[in-house]
Amino acid sequence: MKTIWITLLGVCLYLPGWLQAALTIEITQGVEGAVPIAVVPFAAPNGRQPPQDVAGIIAADLARSGRFAPVPEQNLIAQPVDTSQVRFQDWRTLGVENLVIGSLETVAGNEYRIQFRLFDVLRGRQITGYSMPAKSEQLRYVAHRISDIIYEQLTGEPGAFATHIAYVISDSKNGNKEYQLQLADSDGYNPKTLLTSRQPLMSPAWSPDGRQLAYVSFEKKGRAAIFVQAIHTGKREEIVSFAGINGAPSWSPDGRSMAITLSRDGNPEIYSLRLSDKKLKRLTTGAAIDTEPVWSPDGRSIVFTSDRGGSPQLYRMPSQGGRAQRITFEGNYNASADFSADGKSLAMVHGQDGHYQIAVLDLDSGLLRVLSDGRLDESPSFAPNGSMIIYATETGHRGVLAAVSSDGRFHQQFSLSEGNVREPVWSPFVTRK
Amino acid sequence: MRFIQAVAIVLSIGWLAACSSTGDKKTGDAAVVEDRSGDAGMDAATGDATATAVGGYSDLTIDSLTDPSSPVSQRVIYFEFDSSEVAEQDREFVAAHAAILAANPNLKVSIEGHGDERGAREYNIGLGEKRAQSVRRMMEFQGVLSSQMTTVSYGEEKPAVEGHDESAWSMNRRVELVYVAY
Repeated sequence: MKTIWITLLGVCLYLPGWLQAALTIEITQGVEGAVPIAVVPFAAPNGRQPPQDVAGIIAADLARSGRFAPVPEQNLIAQPVDTSQVRFQDWRTLGVENLVIGSLETVAGNEYRIQFRLFDVLRGRQITGYSMPAKSEQLRYVAHRISDIIYEQLTGEPGAFATHIAYVISDSKNGNKEYQLQLADSDGYNPKTLLTSRQPLMSPAWSPDGRQLAYVSFEKKGRAAIFVQAIHTGKREEIVSFAGINGAPSWSPDGRSMAITLSRDGNPEIYSLRLSDKKLKRLTTGAAIDTEPVWSPDGRSIVFTSDRGGSPQLYRMPSQGGRAQRITFEGNYNASADFSADGKSLAMVHGQDGHYQIAVLDLDSGLLRVLSDGRLDESPSFAPNGSMIIYATETGHRGVLAAVSSDGRFHQQFSLSEGNVREPVWSPFVTRK
Repeated sequence: MRFIQAVAIVLSIGWLAACSSTGDKKTGDAAVVEDRSGDAGMDAATGDATATAVGGYSDLTIDSLTDPSSPVSQRVIYFEFDSSEVAEQDREFVAAHAAILAANPNLKVSIEGHGDERGAREYNIGLGEKRAQSVRRMMEFQGVLSSQMTTVSYGEEKPAVEGHDESAWSMNRRVELVYVAY
């Protein structure tokens, strides 16, 4: 495997001690054809060091997308902070197509105003410019929002940097297993623990509005239950806990129902659960394992895993239940599907010759592309703009998270200082004010 | 709380053991015991096949569960990759546990299914459940009341052996019988 290690502008060096458990990102495979962009360090307020390196965060975001190649800071030929200081000719010489400059001003104690401008170097003009307020603890978020604006301006597609990922970590503490459900920014920073348990936690699933997570917990000894937890308040509610399986929650796009797997009738089957009155409707029948339902973004169909044909494969059925059609034919193992937001592709775990890797199926053409090269890759989840897929893999027998651009060209890994990380799920776009 | 539960389990297993060893001879001593052994007898007699299967293990008692020389002191059955079929050589083992459960209707068992780490986690939950259900169905066939059994699947979440090759995986594709009393 071609491995190019790029140190991302030394972002790790700025980490205060309490943040060192954060996920850090290593870009494990570079991309040809990434567009060169210069992100100049933002002018600091009164020469003081701001609490966050805003330009560094933006450059790291753009690099992670695989679409841009930020110029390393030491190669920046100038450090303009306003338009009058920009000499386009210099940047053209450097081969840079776009330039980002900006500044932070202190408004009050820990309140800042961030300004930035994005330039088209070749045409020598400003593309866009914004000014936005931020408290010091919001600086990372605002930096991600700026990355989103830049990404959208330059690619025509919305950015997904100001989003979140949820995942499960397991670790052994004093000989006891501990499981945590965590939430972090899309770049792995600001991890927050939403739930800690001595018993397994599984299968986190975002509500369509990004405010709640459903998950499976075995905290009631010997029994699984599906819970829904509000992210901001931490308030949680048990949704179902029948005998046998209570698993694989997936929200309908309108947020009113959930597709789940239960074995209360004797076999793993898919049910839809209306959340308002907990009314259950069984959607599958037969002696096979039917599980891992996911709703198509238009709400009309559900894709699921079934071994009814002898090995686990993906099938599609109407969301009210009914005749299911097999949709995967390559490989002897296809499971754990996730829809892209446009409904055109499915990411999945694809097993062939004893290797389990992440693949994407184009639903129109039926073309399957294998995107990862691990041995035990699992749990793929699309970014809400479809640009990337985050998944779980292992290095040195430890579970870590990795991401790949959905065209398969760009690979990166999120590494944690401790614990086994798995089951990442990328949040939807959170409704913006 | 957990201590009390443990004591309750020990006590009730002891009590059940006493019943099974004395119940045959002392009629009328404990009506409850009479009732239950009657139920079990009827259940076991409902199918011809089951009657023979249970008959083969008439010497097994609840004490056998903790007797290291007894076949039922073993509580784990292993499975092939992506399979929930109980292997031929394990059927007697399941039958032996079924015989004890059928003869002691107060005894309850949690049938816990597990899988190896390969592939999708929820599919592995499904697979673990199928494995547990296979064992449950065999036991039901042999006269164990369905109220005596619960199934739960942990999929790949609780491996018996931490490891990333076939030697670990083969130990993790399993069903564990966990005896409980309520």
